[in-house]
Amino acid sequence: MEIFLNYLKVFAVGGFVCMLGQILINKTKMSSARILVLYMLVGVVLEVTGAFKYIKDFAHSGISIPIIGFGSNLAKGALEGMKEEGLMGAISGGLGAVAAGLTTAITCGFVFGLLSKSHSKKI
Amino acid sequence: MIERQEYQEYIKQNSPKSPMVRTLFAAFIVGGLICCIGEAIGDVLKVIFKTMSEKDVATWESCIMIFFGSTLTALGLYDKIGHFAGAGSIVPITGFANSIVSPAMEFNREGVFFGVCAKMFVIAGPIIVFGTVASFTVGLIGWFTTL
Repeated sequence: MEIFLNYLKVFAVGGFVCMLGQILINKTKMSSARILVLYMLVGVVLEVTGAFKYIKDFAHSGISIPIIGFGSNLAKGALEGMKEEGLMGAISGGLGAVAAGLTTAITCGFVFGLLSKSHSKKI
Repeated sequence: MIERQEYQEYIKQNSPKSPMVRTLFAAFIVGGLICCIGEAIGDVLKVIFKTMSEKDVATWESCIMIFFGSTLTALGLYDKIGHFAGAGSIVPITGFANSIVSPAMEFNREGVFFGVCAKMFVIAGPIIVFGTVASFTVGLIGWFTTL
């Protein structure tokens, strides 16, 4: 039962976050790049103000799978690095925290990009 | 010739209006489901690797989700989901993967260097730039406040 409730929370919060994005698209005709940047910056703000931790304790992946989690990781990495290594940590910590995700995405993009069969559209 | 303003109004009248309720519902359902799949991957990882730390589970979870998103994009399925779900497929991390893989595949015809590698960042570039600058700013402000 508990696991069901847990997934219900994830579903509700994750769905709600996406629904807010859809409202933005419907009302302002924002492009997907702007939506993604906006959400990522929201994640940075949530992490800095400390609100992200509480939402994450409540909804787990519901908030960390949307790109808000990516922004929060960036801010968290920079702050943790700053505490451990001072200024150098503040510089390297942010990207260090999201390095795994970025590497996966870029490698997948490169491999699938090379494999894709869109040669037919050659101009 | 028609005036710019007239043209804008013409566009406004004739551009397809996204029906509010249906698109919101679709975004909610698909976004929620994607987050649930992520949670399920995390739970399975916790069962298989009992000693894995919470942080590593979260990192693996997002890596696997990114991989799934990329694979679905490569198979052409993600765009179909996106057509139905709108923001429900953009906002999750799989949408970020889609925004990298999709242009990389599309611009394959322009060559490896300036096609695949450069156009990969058409949408992801702003995200990475804003993210890097924001994280550095946060770190720098944090550093100054603890001096």
